[in-house]
Amino acid sequence: MKLLKFAALCIVLSVVSTTSWSKPLEIEITKGVDTALPIAIVPFGWNSATVIPLDVAAVVTADLQRTGLFEAIDDSDFLSAPTAIDDVEFRDWRLLNASNLIIGDITEDSDVYVIEFYVFDVFKGKKLTGYALRANKQNLRNAAHQISDIVYEALTGQPGAFATRIAYVSVGEKANKKRYSLQVSDADGFNPQSLLTSPEPILSPSWSPDGNQMAYVSYEERRPRIYIQEVATGKREVISSFPGLNGAPVWSPDGKKLALVLSKDGNPDIYVMDMASRELTRLTTSTAIETEPTWAPNGKMLAFTSDRGGNPQIYRISVNGGRSERLTFEGKYNARPRFSPNGEFLAMVHVGNNSGGAYRIAVLDMDIGTLRVLTEGQLDESPSFSPNGSMIIYATEQQGRGVLAAVSTDGRVHQRLSIEDGDTREPVWSPFKN
Amino acid sequence: MITMINRLLLAVLVIAMAACSSTKQTGEGVDIEDRQPAEFSIEDGEDGVSIGGIGDGVSGGETNGIGSDGSYSFTELDDPDSPLSERIIYFASDSNVIGNEYTSMIEAHSRFLADNPEVNVVLEGHTDERGTREYNLALGERRAKSVRDFLLLQGASVSQVEMISYGEERPAQSGQGESFWGQNRRVEILYTNR
Repeated sequence: MKLLKFAALCIVLSVVSTTSWSKPLEIEITKGVDTALPIAIVPFGWNSATVIPLDVAAVVTADLQRTGLFEAIDDSDFLSAPTAIDDVEFRDWRLLNASNLIIGDITEDSDVYVIEFYVFDVFKGKKLTGYALRANKQNLRNAAHQISDIVYEALTGQPGAFATRIAYVSVGEKANKKRYSLQVSDADGFNPQSLLTSPEPILSPSWSPDGNQMAYVSYEERRPRIYIQEVATGKREVISSFPGLNGAPVWSPDGKKLALVLSKDGNPDIYVMDMASRELTRLTTSTAIETEPTWAPNGKMLAFTSDRGGNPQIYRISVNGGRSERLTFEGKYNARPRFSPNGEFLAMVHVGNNSGGAYRIAVLDMDIGTLRVLTEGQLDESPSFSPNGSMIIYATEQQGRGVLAAVSTDGRVHQRLSIEDGDTREPVWSPFKN
Repeated sequence: MITMINRLLLAVLVIAMAACSSTKQTGEGVDIEDRQPAEFSIEDGEDGVSIGGIGDGVSGGETNGIGSDGSYSFTELDDPDSPLSERIIYFASDSNVIGNEYTSMIEAHSRFLADNPEVNVVLEGHTDERGTREYNLALGERRAKSVRDFLLLQGASVSQVEMISYGEERPAQSGQGESFWGQNRRVEILYTNR
């Protein structure tokens, strides 16, 4: 079991403020794959007299190890420490059984860092890829995550999702008063920043597809209202404040519409708001609860939770309305669906018939219709796919405290993420940065 | 809406006058642990809210136009022997069915509202922590609606009864197991202007 504990390093990338009580996430791999690939990441060269502002290779190592798919070889075992292609002796790395080798070199030129790096297949003795990136002091850490993304793609064939962010709601206590906070951090838990703090509940954060805006529900006016807020500037507006529920906002894949839940017409139903005109279209009309909409990646269909059949199950409906079709039949409770980025899977909160009432994360294979339970908690909720579809981040409980966890979509790798104090809940993985 | 805001502001003043020492106006927000009507207070909703990128929050509320004639005397509401002193209805799991044991209590509230048309209540709907958050908001609202329908049937008027669902966000008891969950599946009747 590996525990990667991160120090409180804060790089202010945007204008939003860092709250005093927010601490970085800790990430712990609770279950990895048996066949983790041994890789060697050599500390990157640094040809300047000044102190390097960030150990780029260490960030890349932590990113790759966190996936549970790779095992970084201890650098004290290294027989050589190449920083350029010509210095690589593949024999040194074959002796260590390294499957892959990553080397790099950083040069500084008037506050711009140029990072050159290469990925090798050790057994074939062949370069797989190599890039040069330019970064400044402020985005050096992000550049390291971009390197992780490139290395991950070179080794797995799938794009990495390290240079992304997560939003979540954290609840702390200050002088016996609850403080709700909508936080955004890097995907590795660093750099947590607060978009909103309030003594009243904050719920259901949702990223716009370009990652520039966040929609959420806040009770700060003593009523649930839906706000949209620019992440970089904090500028925001109320977009829904009808009597009754205003909830569960989710952006359409093209960013032009927002699905939401309103009970103004008697009971909770799914509506779609056109963002340009602010016009509402009502999609569902039953007398049951209809809530928790999510868009299919093609933008033509939505899945949602409804208890029209007696208990909560997941249904889908065309964006043009009409008849809805039930999707889940297994288990007595299936709710809060989220599509994987390619639409292949639908993640949800699931209570099985023989699970003792435990709420767990399950994925429905949309092609063959099989449901697979991925987690083992009692109160797991709020699944959210990484933008590359490889992981699902979700909320769970540990000793009565809300913490975040992640599981690979194939169920093989499990991670736990937690901040040191308070409750953490409702994680949402950002889209890829444009 | 304006009327409602005035009533809420009126409630603030009443509380401030009647229970000044126990109502904090520090910008930390309302004490959520004790929601007994006698200490129910509404402060400016944006107090204590801070928004990233803007600064440390919006301070101060619009407090103009508060009448000073706000003190009602409803001794019956405070009488522990009156059914009106009971203001919480508990529910079974995933249910909005009101148990028979609450019938006389809700009837008493309904009669009181019918007799005092200037009095308003907020029905807060709550659920336990199990299940998804937005579904629980819907369930909390459905519970509040059950109580509202009962109140209206017995003579309260629509304008007197407001509903807010908090779902699982404001548990009465923090903890796991039915002994906690049962305490959290509830509707609270809160008198807002008295």
